[in-house]
Amino acid sequence: MDQTIKFTIDGTIVTTQKGLTIVEAAKDNGIYIPTLCNFEGAKPKGCCRMCTIKINSRYMTACTTPAADGMEIESNTEEITDIRKSIIELLFVSGNHFCPACEKSGNCELQALAYKYQMLVPRFPFIFPQKGIDASSPRLMKEQNRCIACKRCIKTIKDEEGRNYFAYKNRGYALEVILDPELGKDIPEDLAKLAMENCPVGSIIYKEKGFDEPIGSRKFDKTPIGSEIEV
Amino acid sequence: MKDKILEITSKYGDDRGRLMDILIDIHDLKGYVDDANIEVLSEKLGISIAEVNETVSFYHFFTKTPKAEFNIYLNDSITSNLRGRTRVKEAFELACDATFEGKSEDGMFGLYNTSCIGMNDQDPAAIINDVVFTNLTPYRVKQLIKALKDGKSLQEATYESTGDGKNSDPDLKSMVFNNIRKGMMLLNKDYERFEVVGKILAENSPEDIIKTVEDSNLRGRGGAGFPTGLKWRFGRRVEGEHKIIICNADEGEPGTFKDRVMLTEFPDLVFEGMVIAAYATGADIGLLYLRFEYRYMYNYLSLVLEEMREKGYLGKNIAGIMDFNFDIRIQLGAGAYVCGEESALIESLEGKRGEPRDKPPFPVEKGYMNFPTIVNNVETLASTVKILKHGADWFNTFGTKDSLGTKLLSVSGDCRFPGIYEVEWGTSIREVIEMAGAEDVQAVQVGGPSGVLVSVKDVDHLGGTELMKWYKPSGMMVAQKTYDRKLSYSDLPTGGSIIIFNNKRDLLKEVVMNFMDFFIEESCGSCSTCRNLPYIMKQKLQKILDGHGVRQDIDDLLSWGKVIKVSRCGLGQTAANPILSSILNFRHLYEEYVQAMTDYDNTFDLEKSVEAANKFVGRKTVFHHS
Repeated sequence: MDQTIKFTIDGTIVTTQKGLTIVEAAKDNGIYIPTLCNFEGAKPKGCCRMCTIKINSRYMTACTTPAADGMEIESNTEEITDIRKSIIELLFVSGNHFCPACEKSGNCELQALAYKYQMLVPRFPFIFPQKGIDASSPRLMKEQNRCIACKRCIKTIKDEEGRNYFAYKNRGYALEVILDPELGKDIPEDLAKLAMENCPVGSIIYKEKGFDEPIGSRKFDKTPIGSEIEV
Repeated sequence: MKDKILEITSKYGDDRGRLMDILIDIHDLKGYVDDANIEVLSEKLGISIAEVNETVSFYHFFTKTPKAEFNIYLNDSITSNLRGRTRVKEAFELACDATFEGKSEDGMFGLYNTSCIGMNDQDPAAIINDVVFTNLTPYRVKQLIKALKDGKSLQEATYESTGDGKNSDPDLKSMVFNNIRKGMMLLNKDYERFEVVGKILAENSPEDIIKTVEDSNLRGRGGAGFPTGLKWRFGRRVEGEHKIIICNADEGEPGTFKDRVMLTEFPDLVFEGMVIAAYATGADIGLLYLRFEYRYMYNYLSLVLEEMREKGYLGKNIAGIMDFNFDIRIQLGAGAYVCGEESALIESLEGKRGEPRDKPPFPVEKGYMNFPTIVNNVETLASTVKILKHGADWFNTFGTKDSLGTKLLSVSGDCRFPGIYEVEWGTSIREVIEMAGAEDVQAVQVGGPSGVLVSVKDVDHLGGTELMKWYKPSGMMVAQKTYDRKLSYSDLPTGGSIIIFNNKRDLLKEVVMNFMDFFIEESCGSCSTCRNLPYIMKQKLQKILDGHGVRQDIDDLLSWGKVIKVSRCGLGQTAANPILSSILNFRHLYEEYVQAMTDYDNTFDLEKSVEAANKFVGRKTVFHHS
C-alpha cells in the first residue's frame, strides 16, 4: 500500500511518508519550522508552542501533530511569525537570560531563535524573577534563571531502570524543573554531559568544564538556526 | 511510620498509577507527606524522588509541611468575596489566632485560601478536614471555633440542621443545600431507579442505544458540546483490550455546582448513565473522577455503587446480559482545576500531575493507560438515562434547533435566589436574571473558562469585531446590551456557570483581578504561554488600576491576549478571557483609569523614587528640573 502523503505548507507542496510529524515532514522537504522543546528521539510534548502552525484556522503544534494527506498548513505567515516572536520574548522576560555571561552562548537555541526572529526589546516588561541555582550535584549545576521548562531533560535523561533524573515541580507560574536530589548525587559523567547537551539553553551546566569551543566558533555563531534545514 | 507507608503502597499493589490514592491515604494518616515518606514511595513505585514530588507539588491539597489538627480551607472564589469573605476571613484569623497560609501556634488550626469549592450558592464556604461549612458569617465562625476548642467534633460543630433533599440522608449528613429552583426533565422526580439498566438495556442492542442517543442530538454538557452519540460510536468502533468510561465530576470552573447537586440528589442516575455508556461502547472499566472538594460525598456515593453491585447492575453479566461486565471505581482528585480537562484528568487518574495531553491522539483512541477512553460529564450521562427512558423524539421537544434538551445552570452572585435552574436551551440571559431575582445588574459572567472546542464558525455567530475570532465564547462577561442573547451552542454556549454582578461591584478590581489570580494559580504551567502570560497581563492590569496606564496599555492587553490562544488546552486558551471580554464589553471602565491625554505614563516621580536610596546612604540629591 502506498504510504505517501501530500500536503502544503504555505502553499508549497510537501510529500512525505505517513507516520511522521509535521516538523519532521517539513524538515525532510527543506522547510524549517522552529522548535525548542522538541527533541529528536523523544516523545514530543508541545510545551514551548514555538512550532505553532495553523491548520483550517486552528492552532496546532507541528511537533506533535502527525502529517496527514491534504492538510493546508500556514507557517511563515505574518500572524504566526509574530506569535513565535512573542513566545521567544515571553521566555526572555520570564527568566533571567544574560547571554554574555552564559556558557551556552552561541550554542543556545533560545538565543539563536531570538536572532532569527530579530528580537530587539521584548514587548513584555521584564519580570526579573528571583530564581536560584541548585549546585548540590557534584557533576551538574541547575541554573533556574535560564530554564525554559521545555522538558527535554525530563524526557531524555533517565537511569537504567527508567527513572527520571529531572522532573517538574509545582505548577503554573511557580513551575520549575528540578534535578532529583538523590540520583543527581551520582549521575554518571556521560549522562551529565548529555544533559547539558540536550538542554536548549544554559540551564544545565556540566561542572568541571562548562564549554570546549570558544565563542566565535560555536554552532550558531556563523550560521543561523534552521539554516541546516532550509533549502 | 515506614511500615504504615508500605502497608498503604501494597494496598494499591505498589502501582505507580495509584499514586493519587496512596498520597491521599498518607495525608489521611498524618496530614502531610514528608521526604522520608517520599523516599519510600520512590523505592516501592520504581520512580525517582523528583517524580513523586512532581505529583505531590502539583495538587493543592497535598503538602509537605505538617498540618494542623483542623485545616480550614476558605473558598476564595469571586462569589465568596461578594458575600463578605473578608470579614469571615478576619473572624477566622481572630478566633484561631493565626493568619492565612499559616497555623496557630498550638498547631490546632491551619488557615488556607482555596480556589472555588463549588458552593457558590451558599458562600462564603469552607472545607475543614473534608467537612463542608456553608453560609459562614463572622458570628458563626466564632461559634464554630469555640466549639472545636471545647473539644467538640466537626460533625457536632456543624449546625443543628442538615441541608435539603438527600443532604440529610444518614449516609451523607451534610449542611450543604441543593437549592434546586427550577427542575425539568433531568431534575424531576419521575425517575424510577435503575429502570433503564434493569429493563430497557436488555431490550436494545448497543447499536440501538447509540442510535437513540445520536437521534436525540445530545451534546456534551461540560461546555464543549461534542455530540455524545458520535463519541460513543467512535468508542464502540475502536478496538482495545479494555475500554474505559470516565465520568468527569471535577467541576472546578468558578461558579459551577450543578454536578454537586446531581451527585447528591441523583447519584443512581449518573451511575446508570455510566453503565449505559459502557454497554453501548463495550467498556469494562468505569471511573468516576470526583473532585477533592466533594469528598464529603465519597462514602455516600460508594454505598450507591455497593447497592448496584448487590442488585446486579454492576459486576458480571449486568442485568442478566451475558458477558456484559462493568464496574465503577471512584477516584478522588486533589485540588487542580485543570484536571477537569479530559486528558489532564486521565493523567491524574494515572497518578501523575494533571497536565493536558497533546491531541491527537484523542482519549477515545488512546486514553487511560492507553486504552480507548470515553469521558463524559455528569450531566451528559444523566441525560442519556432520560433519553433512553422517554425516547429521542421526546428529548427533541426541548430546546432550540441546534441545542436540544435542557441545561442545568448554576446561578450565583448578586441575586435573591442563587441555585440550580434547569432551563431549556434558548433561554436568554435576561430570563435567567429575572428567574434569579437579580436587580440592578451590571454584568453577567456566562460560562466559566472550561476547556472547550468551539469552531471558528460558532464564534463568528457572536458577530462583530475581528477580535471575536480570537476569542472563545466560553467564559465571558456579558454587558446589558447583550442580555437578550440566548444560551445555546450557536450563540452563548456554556457549561452552566452564571455569576451575576450588580452595579455596586467594581468589575475590574474585584472580579477580573480575582479571575486572573485563579488562572495564575491553576495553570499547569506546561505551555510557555499559559505559564507566563496571565501573570504578565495581570501586572499590566494592575498598572492600569494604579493609574499608571495609557490607552496603549489597553491595546497591548488585547494584542497579548492573542498569543495565549496557542496554548494546548482550554484553560490556557481562555486564561486571558477575563481581561479580553471585559475590555470588549466594558472598555469604558478601563478608559476611566488610563491617562487619556498622553501616550506615556507621566506619573513618574523622580524625587520620590530616589527618596529611600538617599535616606539609606544619607545623601541629599539636588534636582535640576523644575
